Amino acid sequence: MTHHIIDFKDVFFRYPDGTEALKGVSFRITHGESIGLVGANGAGKSTLLLQMNGYLLPSSGFINIGDLELTKKTRQDIRKKVGVVFQNPDDQLFMPTVYEDVAFGPLNLGMSAERVIDRVNSSLQTVGCLDLREKPPHHLSGGQKRAVAIATVLAMEPDILVMDEPSSDLDPKSRRYLMRLLKGFKHTKIIASHDLDFILEVCERCLVIKDGRIVADGTVSDILTNQSLLEENNLELPLSLQKTHIMDASAKGGLLPDPSHLHADSINRETGMATAASETCGVMEGTLK
Amino acid sequence: MDFDKEYFNLGVLDTLSYKNTLIHRLDARTKVIATFAFIVTVVSFPKYEIAGLIPFFLFPAVIFSLGDIPFWFILKKVLVVSVFAVFIGIFNPLFDTHVMYDFLGIPVSGGWVSFFSILLKFFLTMCSALLLISTTSFPGICHALRKLGIPEIFISQLLFLYRYIFVLMEETLRMVRARDLRSFGKRGQGMSIFINLLGTLFIKTIERAERIYHAMLSRGFSGTIHFVKRDSLRKGDFLCLSITGVVLYIFRTYGIVSLIGKQAERMF
Amino acid sequence: MHMSDALLSPAVGATFWAGTLGTIAYCSKKMKENLDEKMIPLMGVTGAFIFAAQMVNFTIPGTGSSGHLGGGMILAIILGPYAAFIVMASVLTIQALFFADGGLLALGCNIWNLGIYPCFIGYPLIYKPIVQKGMSPKKILVASLLSVFVGLQLGAFSVVLETLFSGRSELPFGTFVLLMQPIHLAIGVVEGFITAGVINYVKAARPEILESIAEMRPLSSGIKVKKVVLALLAIAIIIGGIVSWFASSNPDGLEWSIERVYGKPELPEHETGIVALLRAVQERTAFLPDYTFKKKETLKEQETTGKEEVASAKGEEAPRSDANAWPNVEAGTSVSGILGSAMMLSLIFLIGYGIKAIKKKGAKRRNGISHPAG
Repeated sequence: MTHHIIDFKDVFFRYPDGTEALKGVSFRITHGESIGLVGANGAGKSTLLLQMNGYLLPSSGFINIGDLELTKKTRQDIRKKVGVVFQNPDDQLFMPTVYEDVAFGPLNLGMSAERVIDRVNSSLQTVGCLDLREKPPHHLSGGQKRAVAIATVLAMEPDILVMDEPSSDLDPKSRRYLMRLLKGFKHTKIIASHDLDFILEVCERCLVIKDGRIVADGTVSDILTNQSLLEENNLELPLSLQKTHIMDASAKGGLLPDPSHLHADSINRETGMATAASETCGVMEGTLK
Repeated sequence: MDFDKEYFNLGVLDTLSYKNTLIHRLDARTKVIATFAFIVTVVSFPKYEIAGLIPFFLFPAVIFSLGDIPFWFILKKVLVVSVFAVFIGIFNPLFDTHVMYDFLGIPVSGGWVSFFSILLKFFLTMCSALLLISTTSFPGICHALRKLGIPEIFISQLLFLYRYIFVLMEETLRMVRARDLRSFGKRGQGMSIFINLLGTLFIKTIERAERIYHAMLSRGFSGTIHFVKRDSLRKGDFLCLSITGVVLYIFRTYGIVSLIGKQAERMF
Repeated sequence: MHMSDALLSPAVGATFWAGTLGTIAYCSKKMKENLDEKMIPLMGVTGAFIFAAQMVNFTIPGTGSSGHLGGGMILAIILGPYAAFIVMASVLTIQALFFADGGLLALGCNIWNLGIYPCFIGYPLIYKPIVQKGMSPKKILVASLLSVFVGLQLGAFSVVLETLFSGRSELPFGTFVLLMQPIHLAIGVVEGFITAGVINYVKAARPEILESIAEMRPLSSGIKVKKVVLALLAIAIIIGGIVSWFASSNPDGLEWSIERVYGKPELPEHETGIVALLRAVQERTAFLPDYTFKKKETLKEQETTGKEEVASAKGEEAPRSDANAWPNVEAGTSVSGILGSAMMLSLIFLIGYGIKAIKKKGAKRRNGISHPAG
């Protein structure tokens, strides 16, 4: 495997409406690392991820992925190295059957028919969904969709895997399965998530983002146990580490956090849909299967 | 028509189309061509034809049983959509009152004959369309159309539409339910709320299109969708088509019913 | 109103399928020439949007009854005519298959009726010119109402023509028109308001959306008025030709159906109030006065009472209106006919049940595993 280093150097990004989403982001990720990207809504996580495969290009600063600097011309090539799994699998599974979805990437890479078949089968095998080959996506459960979405990206054999809220909408079993799956991957992994326990389990390094800047960069054990750091950045300890704190708080009579931290515009359009979806996911599971 | 019910029916037909029976396994092209041939043949009968249409019931009968399709479900759907045809057809007896036959002593006007003919044709053609979709998955039909020469842009459109109908209907369902739960009787279901609902839905749709486009780009999309080439025509398909063609021709050309009837008469 | 297979003749159905397929091919070509890749997912999801929107009902102010959206015009405004036609065609295809809306032969007619007029007449000739001079909400409303109105009237009129030329329905031209056009006027008003309402809503909430889509369109200014006028002339000539072909022959088609009302003897029992009323309507709306009161005599000859007359009645009515060369088949509701039908149906029934029984046995033999290797 060649150099899959991700290098962000002083990256700024401003949206067409003037919002400055990234204000000088710098970090370096080397081959095989697994990084958790955490931050409150509106902090810039999604914008950062959209830069990873060139959907958005930095307003200033440099991004180097592998040996290539990210520009309009190179982003098609960069997309062969960086596989992005989106938050909402319905956005990612746009072909009529699972097979065709997983084959989409390899076919675009110009592979021969036999190689495509092999790729599809091995990717589906990896995520444990080989028997779902001929199914249409709307016949799949949330967990299955998530797994297949990962397969569609794996089929391109990227060196770097980027995932946006992979554990949202998953039932406990599927979530556990996903954790095991990701821990087994040798790729460089960048996982953005609110599910801090998930990050704790799957990642080694953690980047905290707030107001468009990286405010902390260290090991997961250092950052996700640092309560004051987390709360400064509108986060909190992973639930699994909170038990003792919860018991203390209830003894003192207060349990709920102060809601003033909710930004007016933190419910961004991209996550808005997912939240709504999770509310009825359970309902739809029954009717669709 | 009730949104919930429509969505449910759509789902039932869609699920049926993925079953695995003899009929389902036939190549989609066979079924599409056979269905069209059937419809054209049935519809080619003149206005006053009744007896000649009877043998054609053989086709739905065979497909219902071989394909394991629930009869009453399909029948209900046919009844539901019969409104327009019945509405127009019922004018026939009103305008065409010359007597055509003597049915056991009761004079029957041409209008009733042609009306009944319309009903029979309606039943046969609607059944065949529904049977087509319940024995062939929609993507299968799309690929069949592509192989038969329909432009690829239209085929991608059909496939995307199909894929996202379920997603959008779910989204709409949620919004409609929210509206209905907060409206009392007819209040709250007026046009301005409807327009707001549609407007919001449309904006969400555009945002979704944006995300899908991003997903496509991320997997190397560069303008054309490459379809997986799978050829599935087998001997069974050619056999099926030939038999269908022959039987259709025989039924259309020869008055089987009167032949049988005359024989039976002779035996009395 | 969707056209139905049962009211169509193969000739009319095939003609409109040819027109529809030709237009689909033309639009596909136009889109390929200048395609913005983003259009592909956009068209797909927008189609799903229209489909879902068509299922939501709402109460019409003043009447209390519920209405539904058609969608052709709104598609044309948002996506431009070429993409809109393709999307409309796809939505109607799904409806024809999953909801048996109209039928597969009639699908060609329905795509034409609901797609051509909004996309290639309503939008370029009415909506765009009005809105060109400024996009105020009022202008958009007026433009929507007018273009939807014209589109729907043309569509409804096409249904009348299609039914008429197929010759399966007895509904006279004038009466049918009088039925269809007013209904579609009402539908048009509602749809016009909805179309304008949604466009204005989106413009107010997210104006950049409509603009960015407009940029993706393949040469939306490509439809020139001259081209459309020429096409319309061609269509008018063809229709005129067909009508006169019908009219110039002996009792057939258009002429014939009108005669039936005027000159036909009927049974006293059938002379109900409705018939008299309709005849009065017919008299007032007869568009072709030359064709009245002709050939009363030949129709009197058609008065039949026995099975012997069946043949002559069938001979008179030789399917000229079909423009088809299918051989004639005896209808036979004589005793032999009824017996034959009953026996045939029983036979079919038996075959159906027989197959089911064999399948069940086969499944039992394999111990309930219903996935045959075949």
